[in-house]
Amino acid sequence: MPIQILMPALSPTMTEGSVARWLKKEGDEVHSGDVIAEIETDKATMEYEAVDEGRLGKIIVPEGAQGIKVNQPIAVLLEEGEDASAIGDVGAAAPAPAAEAKPATPQPSRGNGTADTASAPRPASGERVATGVSPAAGEGPPPAPTPSGDRIFASPLARRMAAQAGLDLATIKGSGPQGRIVKADIDAALARGPAPITRAPIQTPAARPPQPAPFTPVTGDPSFTQKPHSQMRRVIARRLTESKQNVPHFYETIDCEIDELLRIRKVLNDGDLNLNLSVNDFVIRAAGLALRQVPAANASWSDDAIILWERADIAMAVALDDGLITPIIRGADLKGLQQIAAESKDLAARARAGKLKLEEFQGGTFSISNLGMYGIREFAAVINPPQGCILAVGQGAPRPVVKNGQLAIATVMTCTISCDHRAVDGAVGAQFLAAFKKLIDEPSRMLL
Amino acid sequence: MADSYDLVILGGGPGGYVAAIRAAQLGMKTCVVEREHLGGICLNWGCIPTKALLRTSEIYHLMQHAGDFGLSADNISFDAAKVVARSRAVAKQLSNGVGFLMRKNKVTVVMGEGKLAGRGKIAVTKDGKQIADIEAKHIILATGARARSLPGLEPDGKLVWTYKEAMVPPAMPKSLLVVGSGAIGIEFASFYRDMGAEVTVVEVLDRVLPVEDEEISAFARKAFEKQGITIHTGAAVKVLTRHKDNVAAHIETKDKAFDITVDRVISAVGIVGNVEGIGLEGTGVKVERAHVVADEWLRTGEPGVYAIGDLVGPPWLAHKAMHEGVICVEHIAGVNGVHPLDLRNIPGCTYCRPQVASVGLTEKAARDQGYEVKVGHFPFIGNGKAIALGEPEGMVKTVFDAKTGELLGAHMVGAEVTELIQGYTIAKTLETTESELMRTIFPHPTISEAMHESVLDAYGRALHF
Repeated sequence: MPIQILMPALSPTMTEGSVARWLKKEGDEVHSGDVIAEIETDKATMEYEAVDEGRLGKIIVPEGAQGIKVNQPIAVLLEEGEDASAIGDVGAAAPAPAAEAKPATPQPSRGNGTADTASAPRPASGERVATGVSPAAGEGPPPAPTPSGDRIFASPLARRMAAQAGLDLATIKGSGPQGRIVKADIDAALARGPAPITRAPIQTPAARPPQPAPFTPVTGDPSFTQKPHSQMRRVIARRLTESKQNVPHFYETIDCEIDELLRIRKVLNDGDLNLNLSVNDFVIRAAGLALRQVPAANASWSDDAIILWERADIAMAVALDDGLITPIIRGADLKGLQQIAAESKDLAARARAGKLKLEEFQGGTFSISNLGMYGIREFAAVINPPQGCILAVGQGAPRPVVKNGQLAIATVMTCTISCDHRAVDGAVGAQFLAAFKKLIDEPSRMLL
Repeated sequence: MADSYDLVILGGGPGGYVAAIRAAQLGMKTCVVEREHLGGICLNWGCIPTKALLRTSEIYHLMQHAGDFGLSADNISFDAAKVVARSRAVAKQLSNGVGFLMRKNKVTVVMGEGKLAGRGKIAVTKDGKQIADIEAKHIILATGARARSLPGLEPDGKLVWTYKEAMVPPAMPKSLLVVGSGAIGIEFASFYRDMGAEVTVVEVLDRVLPVEDEEISAFARKAFEKQGITIHTGAAVKVLTRHKDNVAAHIETKDKAFDITVDRVISAVGIVGNVEGIGLEGTGVKVERAHVVADEWLRTGEPGVYAIGDLVGPPWLAHKAMHEGVICVEHIAGVNGVHPLDLRNIPGCTYCRPQVASVGLTEKAARDQGYEVKVGHFPFIGNGKAIALGEPEGMVKTVFDAKTGELLGAHMVGAEVTELIQGYTIAKTLETTESELMRTIFPHPTISEAMHESVLDAYGRALHF
């Protein structure tokens, strides 16, 4: 039976080719491995070797003919004993159905070995887009920042830069292929300013909340605008959700009287020291000292142990236009009021200007959030893990109090501590608040 | 009734035809207008035919050193006409291949000179006669560039050549002056020197291959001079006096002036964009320093008109044009995840002997940009394969950001380095640090091991030197 020699597909995308040159004439003996023709495609010309033995019976496609479809017969090979009369219909130029065609006799002598005669795939239909259209149409996967699952795709350089800068890759949206985080994304994150919330010095379990369904407005919803998430907003959302879901909070509230504190503050500020102490500076100092007195409150939960911090690094929440950041007074228990005042003023100013250095807002062992200036009487704050406690400070305002069985007026400041019950028990929280209250009520104790 | 297309591309060079294929893949009805031949300068008068010539000179050089390999060959000679014929045949084959690709992708090719003729309109003329009116939603200008001509050094096609004449010499000149030591000038200098000509190179800057790293420039210069090429840097050709069959050149450097007489001169003093005659006048397309101004998505100042490749400026490289073409088309089509071209990840290759290849920042550029760097070197003399090949002359230099381990640049000189530079380019594109490169297994014995060793050396860990 004569063998058809078919135009092979030299590459997955090849659909047609041309015979650049026949190296055998009709009637020539063909041995396995002989180069019988040069096939031209795209930019390449490839040699074709015979696999079968025989005699070239008929050349169907002449040299130079172009646009020959893959799997179209280009010649007929006669096996031993056969003569030209056997060519018959086999030599007709009608293309044999690809599925029935005997695998093409010639094989590319060079190439990638994928000379599969199966039909060449066209570009996937998904790749076709309407022409000249809005950027909404597109190909490829959606630019999801991270696919589902825990693996974060990031380049080695991006990983290293993020580690050096203390950035959490999970909070960064990747702009590379398939949402891969690349150097440019880290650069952009750093340029946007520091992440608002401290990085965990101890790894807490990285439980990621389930992805909520994307927001889709229902007919009849009022009109709205969508404000894209800032980097900071994402971090706030993620970290505080984690905190509220994973950290068992409890709350304790105490009233402090600050008349004496206000008096001393006035004396100091009016004096010749050129001071401008705020109530909050006293609060930071008092909290630092109280933590030294009740070290069990200066604690963090970790899977293996409770971490007892030996220094009170107090993070103070500073409100920004789009979120908040918590710069840290390191060693607040060791610093005097003057120094605390200077540092907190400087940190707050630079926080608002977005000019904090990384180490100035990372870490911290205890937080204070003060909303007194807004007239808030009292509130409870969300713990910033892995810290164990956060103290929420309300407004100091004149209130009726009972002293020695008599109704009196005092300037009262209500403070609420939120504690991580895993690390700090109720009694410890209470001891801390008691110590704190004593320092605030009798601020001369802060001299010690 | 004018034909109407989604995209019309002026120019069928590497930028234009690749843009056309990508557009066709994305389902656009696409047309390429080409005035001369598909494949452009690259394929017909640039990259490809010069590589064919340089292959000839390389083999010729090897044959002359057959004895080094234990072989003997007598009466080694060449036939200039056949050398040129082979180069032309290679170009022809590939140009035909581009035509094939256009047909395969159902891209319409109109042979003629295209010109913007009002918003969304292109007029095509051939031999002064208008042959087509084309309407297009989007137009990409990809008309390329041509050799710059300096006053007094104007090419005449006979005695003073551009790359074009230099590629098809009727006979080999006995002596040759090459003005300009960029990639084009140096490749011709190398070719003609290996074919036996006395070659002088004059470079106005203080070193040859001025875009390359300084150490690579110095290394290459030494190698060229060892081959007998005369090099004058910080020098300028002030006057060319054209005689009947030779040229007298008056050359001045900072501290001396002298004359030489040569058979032929090659002017390779840079490139200017083909901005004329394509109807830019009166449009929003801005031209600065003989190049079209385009933004990161290759948009010009005229809505719906884009520009790519040599036309928009350096680096004048075919692969840069191709990528710009793809980026431009994908941006037009609104494909997700398209990124502008990262200029720091474009490799550059010069196919002289020894070859030169690089990607990214030179050591000096990195330092100038404020990076604290770690620099690695590895000489070919420490590489087994290079010694076995008889190619011990070469070096690989790597520049890392000391802080992050980012590979800022890689610079290579020596045999086959043009085929190797892609390794570092992939590394840069994937943003690997030194750590992944160190852990990558390079096959032994290959010249590529020198790439590994250079990385190790940057961190004081080179093994074989």
